Amino acid sequence: MLLAAFTWTEFAQQLTAGIRQGAVFAGLALALVIIYRSTRAINFAQGEMATFTTFICWSLMNHGLSFWAAFPIVLVIAFTGGVAIERTIIRPVENGPVITIVIVTLGLALLLNGLMSVIWGGGSRPFDGPFSTRTIDVGGVPISVQDIGIVVVSFVLVGLLALFFRFTKLGLGLRAAALNRDSSELVGVRVGWMLAFGWGLAAVLGAVSGMMVAPILFLDPNMMQTILLYAFAAAVLGGLDSPVGAVVGGLLLGLAITLLGRYVGFVGDVLKLPAALLLILLVLLVKPNGLFGRVTVRRV
Amino acid sequence: MRLKLGLEVLGLLALAALIVVMPRLVSSFTAYEMATVGMYFIALLGLSILTGYSGQISLGHGAFMAVGGYTTAVLSTNGIYGHPIRDIWTIPIAGVVAGAAGLLVGIPALRLSGLYLALITFGIAVSFRQIPLKFDHFLGGTSGKVLSLLETPFGLSATPNNWIYYLTWGIAFVLLVVAWLFVRGKPGRTLKAIRDSEIAAASSGISLARYKTLAFALSAFYAGVAGSLYAIARGFMNPDVFPIVLSVYLVAALALGGVDSFAGLILGASAIYVLINRTGDVTNWINHVPGINLNAQRPGMPDVIFGAVLIVVLILLPTGVGGALRKLFGPLTTRLYSRS
Amino acid sequence: MTALLQLDRVEARYGPVKALHGISLEVAEGELVAVLGANGAGKTTTLRAVSGTVRRTGDVIFRGAKLPRRPDAAARAGIAHVPEGRGTFSELSVWENLRLGAYTRRGGVKEDAQRVFGYFPRLEERKGQQAGTLSGGEQQMLALGRAMMARPKLVLLDEPSLGLAPMLVTEIFQRLERMRTDEGIAVLVVEQNANLALAHAAHAYVLEVGKVVVSGPSDELRANESVRRSYLGY
Repeated sequence: MLLAAFTWTEFAQQLTAGIRQGAVFAGLALALVIIYRSTRAINFAQGEMATFTTFICWSLMNHGLSFWAAFPIVLVIAFTGGVAIERTIIRPVENGPVITIVIVTLGLALLLNGLMSVIWGGGSRPFDGPFSTRTIDVGGVPISVQDIGIVVVSFVLVGLLALFFRFTKLGLGLRAAALNRDSSELVGVRVGWMLAFGWGLAAVLGAVSGMMVAPILFLDPNMMQTILLYAFAAAVLGGLDSPVGAVVGGLLLGLAITLLGRYVGFVGDVLKLPAALLLILLVLLVKPNGLFGRVTVRRV
Repeated sequence: MRLKLGLEVLGLLALAALIVVMPRLVSSFTAYEMATVGMYFIALLGLSILTGYSGQISLGHGAFMAVGGYTTAVLSTNGIYGHPIRDIWTIPIAGVVAGAAGLLVGIPALRLSGLYLALITFGIAVSFRQIPLKFDHFLGGTSGKVLSLLETPFGLSATPNNWIYYLTWGIAFVLLVVAWLFVRGKPGRTLKAIRDSEIAAASSGISLARYKTLAFALSAFYAGVAGSLYAIARGFMNPDVFPIVLSVYLVAALALGGVDSFAGLILGASAIYVLINRTGDVTNWINHVPGINLNAQRPGMPDVIFGAVLIVVLILLPTGVGGALRKLFGPLTTRLYSRS
Repeated sequence: MTALLQLDRVEARYGPVKALHGISLEVAEGELVAVLGANGAGKTTTLRAVSGTVRRTGDVIFRGAKLPRRPDAAARAGIAHVPEGRGTFSELSVWENLRLGAYTRRGGVKEDAQRVFGYFPRLEERKGQQAGTLSGGEQQMLALGRAMMARPKLVLLDEPSLGLAPMLVTEIFQRLERMRTDEGIAVLVVEQNANLALAHAAHAYVLEVGKVVVSGPSDELRANESVRRSYLGY
């Protein structure tokens, strides 16, 4: 039974929900891509880092701060944390085999997950997001304010980052360090710190994704694990070394998953995750470098 | 060369003797614990063939264990055409089914380089859980399936705990010998060539594809057997029996213990046992340290410790603890795979 | 007058392999000095030892002060290194490449770029293009331009003639000369083409297996037939 009952109103709602999902995926996927470009490895702890910073936000709010008061503090903490992680545990294994870096990030993921359990307990709890859950009328269709808010925040963040990378000296240095380490060193770029900065930025992106999604998913230590998988799928779809790809991939994936889940009965809610996995596989088999990635030739 | 071979055979015989004797030395419950360690050992053994030998990474081997567990669960409850199959006979079937799943993964895996393979297999670990939820009619959904309680078959005069111990370690020993032969023989040497230089191996015309997929299937077979034993021992099977984190533990244990050393695999299996089955105890144990008072309802500490140890070890000793042990103690630790 | 750059018994290694066995050389202000020798003699490594991109022992003294061994220290001190193969960022635009050249400086970037365009007008035409799409000669010009953007006192130039047609090489060396005399930049150039290098250099050092075997003013080296035949290949 493929197509369930269809109304345009609901379709519009599914569309916005899909874009909102996609925005969250895009943020985390962009974080993964930033790290992949500079460190050449996938950060399997990206999700746990995001959840951890979201827990910090929750704690701050419990101590009386409003969301928007806690928000910048959390971003600063996330950035510092990302930089610290790169300088302490990634730097020693940076130049070794990629698999070592991956396992180190796995260890970090375990550590953070356990730490969250120890500090805040393992159960899930509600998270007071910044956006109300009411809907507003857009051309006759009730659209959730939260969906709009999340999309706007994500776009603003990504936009700011794009401007930063394109028009600032530091952004140029970051790009250069990711593209060509040796030449960057020669012009005086401190490559090591550029890598650390990249991790800081990625942590910030993750933190925002976490804080956006917590009101919907409820906050618990394992909150981001499935989103991480979707983020992997989005990053692969767009091309692991393409920031544009991460954003586009995220949005496309969010839409695809939401619509598939709603309109293809077999997939439903349950098989969304395996569907995303299959998508990664297909993309990798057909277009190994994703939609926007660069093709690298392995010279024998 | 002959001396080394002799030493290794002696080592295996000593191990066999130890396995036979052990239950007389320990309590019944400890035998049960050792059996569980043995199951993780079997899974790790399989994974070590895949990663250590054919150089492919799998962050999803927990899923293959689940395949084995579910096969046993379904066969011993629903059975074939309504005839339930006795649990021990389901073990090889579970292995084969898991092996087939491994083959299914191994074929596209050929086209994926390390990092992407890690991603895909991680994806399998994360999304596998959805399969029993989707096919809940057949696989029991969230509540899962209940098998019969563990009992000693054929009227043998052993306690159920000792029975599962002998069953597990008997199978483990056989599989160890199989792995040993595999590694010493043509498949193993070919795989070693592949691991050391894929480009060189490819240009010298060795059938890469065949051996790599074989390694995947074989390692999945081992995991399936381990999963099957686990389900039999526990008496139930549901999506949470083999959690996502187990797949991470398996790879981490291998990284810590090193792929080559028997001691490393045992250590790794023991670590996994503690992390999955005894987290509460670890927390209580830590609470003995003056000044620390952790809530045993929040069992995150073992993960924190394990994660930290993993990070530190990888930074300091890239070949893992087993590799370091081997360097220290030389020929005393039985070497699984000889370096010719 | 103390030299701008002094190497004092510098040794360098790649892992366990020692590439330089105690190199001593000097470059005076505004001078063009050549480093010659066969493949594998250690010429590139010498430049790397100066810019700090290889592990080294021994002192590198630049403008009277010892250079620390960090790669970015040399850049900040006023040394621009144009590596073998140009080292351009092929995915970035010409303009961005130039902008990176001035990374260690603040301000005045636009004016410096204009000066670079003065020497290499073709670069201005291709300002927005991806550097990887430029021809070999243009990439060499871009590399030189990028070096200039740092307002260096010393440029390390590795095999500028590599892969370029002879006419292009002549053109590049001419522009290099103009840059050098106009801006007062010293140049330490590594060249396989000894004849070409000696035609432009005041001074040359010949390396063999990581050691300096011959050195002196280029006229002398050119005149010395046994030196030419044994070490310079012509």
